[in-house]
Amino acid sequence: MFQTVLSSLSLGFLKSLEIFALTLLGAIPLGLIIAFGSMSRFKPLQYLVKLVVWIIRGTPLMLQLLIIYYGPGLILGNNWWGGGSAGRFAAAMVAFIFNYSCYFSEIYRGGIEGIPKGQKEAGQVLGLTNTQIFFKVTLMQVIKRIVPPMGNEVITLVKDTSLVRVIAVYEIMWNGQSFIKSSGIIWPLFFTGLYYLAFSGLLTLLLGWVEKKLDYFKV
Amino acid sequence: MALLEVKDLHKSFDELEVLKGVSFSMDRGETMSVIGPSGGGKTTLLRCLNFLEMPSSGRISVNGQPIFDSSDGKTLSEAEIRRNRLHFGLVFQNFNLFPQYTALENVSLAPKLQAKGGEDYKRNKKAVNAEIEEKSRELLRRVGLGDKLNFYPHQLSGGQQQRVAIARALALTPEVLFFDEPTSALDPELTGEVLNVIRQLAEENMTMVVVTHEMDFAAAVSDRVLFIDGGVIAEQGPPEQVLKNPLEERTKQFLSGYGK
Repeated sequence: MFQTVLSSLSLGFLKSLEIFALTLLGAIPLGLIIAFGSMSRFKPLQYLVKLVVWIIRGTPLMLQLLIIYYGPGLILGNNWWGGGSAGRFAAAMVAFIFNYSCYFSEIYRGGIEGIPKGQKEAGQVLGLTNTQIFFKVTLMQVIKRIVPPMGNEVITLVKDTSLVRVIAVYEIMWNGQSFIKSSGIIWPLFFTGLYYLAFSGLLTLLLGWVEKKLDYFKV
Repeated sequence: MALLEVKDLHKSFDELEVLKGVSFSMDRGETMSVIGPSGGGKTTLLRCLNFLEMPSSGRISVNGQPIFDSSDGKTLSEAEIRRNRLHFGLVFQNFNLFPQYTALENVSLAPKLQAKGGEDYKRNKKAVNAEIEEKSRELLRRVGLGDKLNFYPHQLSGGQQQRVAIARALALTPEVLFFDEPTSALDPELTGEVLNVIRQLAEENMTMVVVTHEMDFAAAVSDRVLFIDGGVIAEQGPPEQVLKNPLEERTKQFLSGYGK
């Protein structure tokens, strides 16, 4: 029995990890684009981006998952996700990447706007180009500022991956819970918790290490 | 020929006119102090000359060559503005050192980035960078920080940070170096070390414009003092005149606030 549970949970956990990694891979760069949009001097774009960010951050991720997965089929009459597990997974990834991009964009925006104006001006009077100012002066300071809030989001993401079960993507929670019905046992769910704890513990150590690495200067 | 010539410089922010026609010229090697009440336009003048603000109108020439002229109807491109800025250096009130770089890296960053654009940089990369670093070290030694090369800004006192900022501004060998209240953000006991560096530069005949509230210092180092009030030069002349026996009533009033 133990063997069965362990392999089922491990398989589910791999799915959770996949969601976690792909979300970060997509949302970290997309968030930067959205951040630039929300700081745009072209007002209509800025307002549009802010509206979208407000909607995404103001509604539950679970709701977004349901709408993105069922919406096309029920509203447009064309379920482009297909009925299979690959389609459900793709829909989940779209919802996750978009949702997390919006959160990241706000963190980026805060980080960029928090850099004192004098830093840019010091670069300007030294004849640096805007690109040089961004990469050589601003970027490192932004990274240092955003590591702690990004760390929070990353840890939250670990646990948020369990939401995909509402559209039947079989991640670790789904697999753990299935043993209640099939075998009437709850201890697999405790083990599920251990997986989450171990992984978020590992991430906490990693984030702490990164913060320490950036400790050599103060902003 | 005057090194720097400023003619009828105006600057408005929306409705508010901060500079209402400022004209002056400077010769090479001159040290000029700019005094005056807050909000009178001193800082705006410096920011306009360094193109951190675009002047609304007027003309700025260096060595007889106009680098900004509102009457020619042209808008300066980013690259032109960047080139213009290299005639000048600016030392800020708040230092604005780059916190992630050491003192030496702060000084050598801009020259290194500049060298990258040069011809056969790729071939001589090592030698070019080594030369820049040696020059940067020498500059830091000149401002008395030869033993702090690898310190980060947060490990230095305010006075030391400002001296790094001066070395950083000197690294690009500007023709005129501007100081915007360089000691105003410092504790009183730290102003001396910064003023000494500026004094030393004056003795080496660096051309400088120093916006300051340190009247004794202005009297001691300047060849000329500009009193700016209400967006115009209300009085200018040698320090013995402007600071000791001002001709204008506004200058007298302003100086009486300093108990002199």
